[in-house]
Amino acid sequence: MKKPVRKRSSFSNQLLKIGSLSKRGLAGWLIIVGAILVIAIIVMTAVSPWIRPYDPIAINVGPILAPPSYQHLFGTNDLGQDVFSRVLSGGGVMLQVSLLSVIVCLAIGVPLGLFASYAGGVPDRVVGLVMDSLYAFPGLVLAIAIASTLGRGVINMALSIAVVYIPSYFRVIRSQVLSIKETSYIEAADAIGARNRTILSRYVLPNIVPSIVVVATVNFADAILTAAGLTFIGLGVPVTVPDWGLDLTSGRRLLTSGAWWVIGYPGLMIILLALGFTLMGEGLSELLNPRLEQ
Amino acid sequence: MTSDEILRVEHLKKYFPVEKGFLERLLTTSRRFVKAVDDVSFSINKGEVFSLVGESGCGKSTTGRLVVRLIEPTSGQVFFDQQNITEIEKGAFREYRRKLQIIFQDPYASLNPRMKVGQAVGHPLEIHHLEKGDEERKKVMEILQRVGLTPPEQFINLYPHQLSGGQRQRIAMARSLILNPEFIVADEPVSMIDVSLRTTIIDLMLELRKEFDLTYLFITHDLAIAKYISNRIAIMYLGKIVEMGDKNEIFSNPMHPYTQALMSSIPVPNPERRREAIELKGEVSSAIDIPKGCRFNPRCPYADEKCRTTEPELIPVKPDHFIACLKAEVK
Amino acid sequence: MNERTADESHLLTVNGLTVEYWTRRGKIRAVENASLTLDKQETLGVVGESGSGKSTLGMSLIRLVPYPGRIVSGDINLEGQNIRKMKDEEMRDIRGRRISYVFQDPMTSLNPVEKIKDHFVELIQTHEPKVSKAQALERANQLFRDVGIQQERINDYPHQLSGGMRQRVMIALALALNPSVIIADEPTTALDVVVQAKILDLLNTLRDRYGMALILITHDLSIVLQRSDKIIVMYAGRIVEYASSVDLYSSTQHPYSQGLLKSIPNIELLDQKLEAIEGSPPDLLNPPKGCRFWPRCSFAMPECRIEEPPLFETKKNHLVRCYLYKDETNDQ
Repeated sequence: MKKPVRKRSSFSNQLLKIGSLSKRGLAGWLIIVGAILVIAIIVMTAVSPWIRPYDPIAINVGPILAPPSYQHLFGTNDLGQDVFSRVLSGGGVMLQVSLLSVIVCLAIGVPLGLFASYAGGVPDRVVGLVMDSLYAFPGLVLAIAIASTLGRGVINMALSIAVVYIPSYFRVIRSQVLSIKETSYIEAADAIGARNRTILSRYVLPNIVPSIVVVATVNFADAILTAAGLTFIGLGVPVTVPDWGLDLTSGRRLLTSGAWWVIGYPGLMIILLALGFTLMGEGLSELLNPRLEQ
Repeated sequence: MTSDEILRVEHLKKYFPVEKGFLERLLTTSRRFVKAVDDVSFSINKGEVFSLVGESGCGKSTTGRLVVRLIEPTSGQVFFDQQNITEIEKGAFREYRRKLQIIFQDPYASLNPRMKVGQAVGHPLEIHHLEKGDEERKKVMEILQRVGLTPPEQFINLYPHQLSGGQRQRIAMARSLILNPEFIVADEPVSMIDVSLRTTIIDLMLELRKEFDLTYLFITHDLAIAKYISNRIAIMYLGKIVEMGDKNEIFSNPMHPYTQALMSSIPVPNPERRREAIELKGEVSSAIDIPKGCRFNPRCPYADEKCRTTEPELIPVKPDHFIACLKAEVK
Repeated sequence: MNERTADESHLLTVNGLTVEYWTRRGKIRAVENASLTLDKQETLGVVGESGSGKSTLGMSLIRLVPYPGRIVSGDINLEGQNIRKMKDEEMRDIRGRRISYVFQDPMTSLNPVEKIKDHFVELIQTHEPKVSKAQALERANQLFRDVGIQQERINDYPHQLSGGMRQRVMIALALALNPSVIIADEPTTALDVVVQAKILDLLNTLRDRYGMALILITHDLSIVLQRSDKIIVMYAGRIVEYASSVDLYSSTQHPYSQGLLKSIPNIELLDQKLEAIEGSPPDLLNPPKGCRFWPRCSFAMPECRIEEPPLFETKKNHLVRCYLYKDETNDQ
């Protein structure tokens, strides 16, 4: 007989979960490191109004294109803006865009994937066709096309990214649903009289959550890079908002004059943020994939 | 139709279309089918254990699923408690799910990995708008106790992966029983359970039959278990019943060559009994290309020209002993 | 069986074999301290349920224990040679040639993109490079006659054959190089009862014809009682009883063997009363202290919970791992 699990308080439960992550080998560490990166950046962006030395959009707070120094830790750009302050505050747009795009994807992609693939037949074929066509486009190109139609701004960026990413959710969900559909526990649910919507919500969905989570983390990472790309070509946010993507644009021009810090630090932050999500995604994927054990 | 009869199956057929390859689809218009169940008729009396026996691919599992309408028949009818349940619309059939239940073969696959035991067993009550909350919990505990999972409090918060195969199978039984069904289809319920534990599950099923007043359609490939548990038995081959009747009669007097071959091939746990297994030629044909005439003829030691052209009907040769063989009368 | 040294008179001698799996959740002792002997033209049945270690035992005899398993201690002597100590290349040569294995699932053991005849040619030429393709095919044809498959089928792909035929092909492949020992792991689980009987008959016929030894690994006690000369009963990684099939049936000694025998329906008996064994097999990550079977044993005594019993020899060539028999050892 298996022993029963004694109840513990939920806080210590949480700590235990984190503690047990480190025992899960490489996968656990990937998640922890990734999460630390992401959380650190979020916190940094959130408290930036209080800790930044200068106003990030104020121009001429220092000499133009000054290299990193004690007054300007990361130097200044061609408008005399303090790069350090811009780095501290510049993540906001990307975080919002990626979060929003993930929310939209989940809200649309998950139900679509669930219903279409569970229903099978015509709905599955039709939706699948649409999804495959979208998927066939190179992501950034499609995002650019949509963004240029919709215009600038955080919401429009999020929507363009979401449209590009929904097919990935659909694919993953579909393959999971198709294999789950054939299992005995779904037959059993049918046999006890459960309606299709109950089966989907209580028998199918809980079993595909792990893969959705994995796709979502990759979505986050990709969204960040796409957002940077969109801003880079001018489809992002207006210059009145500090944004790493904007800094990339201006920074690129200035590389030839040797001012590497203008693009270097914001670029590094973008990489770190995307990396954080990617590590989490890899770790989660490693952890949640079924493995055969003796 | 006697008043004792709880289930009757008439001329049940289930054909699965075979997927055609691309070229085939272009060049041919004919459709091919896997004739999994090909005209099966039988009836079960209240309180009985009726075993459907056969090797893998003979159609017994498909028959079981047809009876509880997990899949729809290609043709034929199923009567439950004198009602024709094949004609009922899907939505209205939900009511019947309370009375007709099924237990599956694989205890590792028939429980939702993300549902705790208590939730899984109590779910049928929610679906049919029966007990809720505390009442539901009470019923769940009662039924867990009844299937031998004691103390029940220990089990309700566990997930299936924390339990053994035998325990999981009991949970599956609890889930089926909580609605107080009248009829249970048991599809190879012990074939994936360790040999030394099978008897516990089978004995449990027999006890529950008395207590809940159940009738079983017991599906298995193991003739020895069928002998132990059933009252009546039917043997299937390639989608049809070839022999059927009272268990003791069939076992002491098997008449169909296939039944005879099966019985002689089963190993007996006794080194001194070297059995003379009846040899059958070849192997089971594919269910897509069923042999003409009697479908058993390519392997039958007694087959003649007539057997290759005429398909035999299932006819009674004694009270409660039916056989589908053209040579039946002659024997 | 009493000799604990490499003994040339037996075809195969195993002494004190222990195999562990080092998993993320801990170490599992799949086989502990197993010893056995096998002679020419003998069939040894290894019977046990899930977790008994029978498959692991079989695989360790050809040193194919899958990762994360490893043979931790013990000797395996085949025709006087210690194969456990061999280098990998030497072992590769022995595998298939002097000791071969018939796997449980013929469907996944054959290469779906190779014709059957190529399987044979590849196998034979790898071990005997001097053999020409024609000679290899000739041998394959002979084997097909032996196992009862029509000659033409040699040109087929695996998916064109039925389950029973595939299993026969596996047996033919196992025989191709005239090994001294064939290990068959659940050779009939995927087959129907009629074909099963044929395949088992075939194995014994071939054993006699070629003077080999056969090891039958299965969970089906009936099969080993009817078809083997001697039987090893395994439970939770241990050999709990070792006897000839006749002895095991007429004087079943270990409570587990007794329980097993009483739980199998016998088709020849009328009104049989079946009995189950209480409880369930132990968690190998956390096995019970002492005798691994005591939690389920109706004869459990205090000493059973403290230390594991050794194998007692109650009569010639009948060993049982149970304190019930500690005073009955046969003095040789």
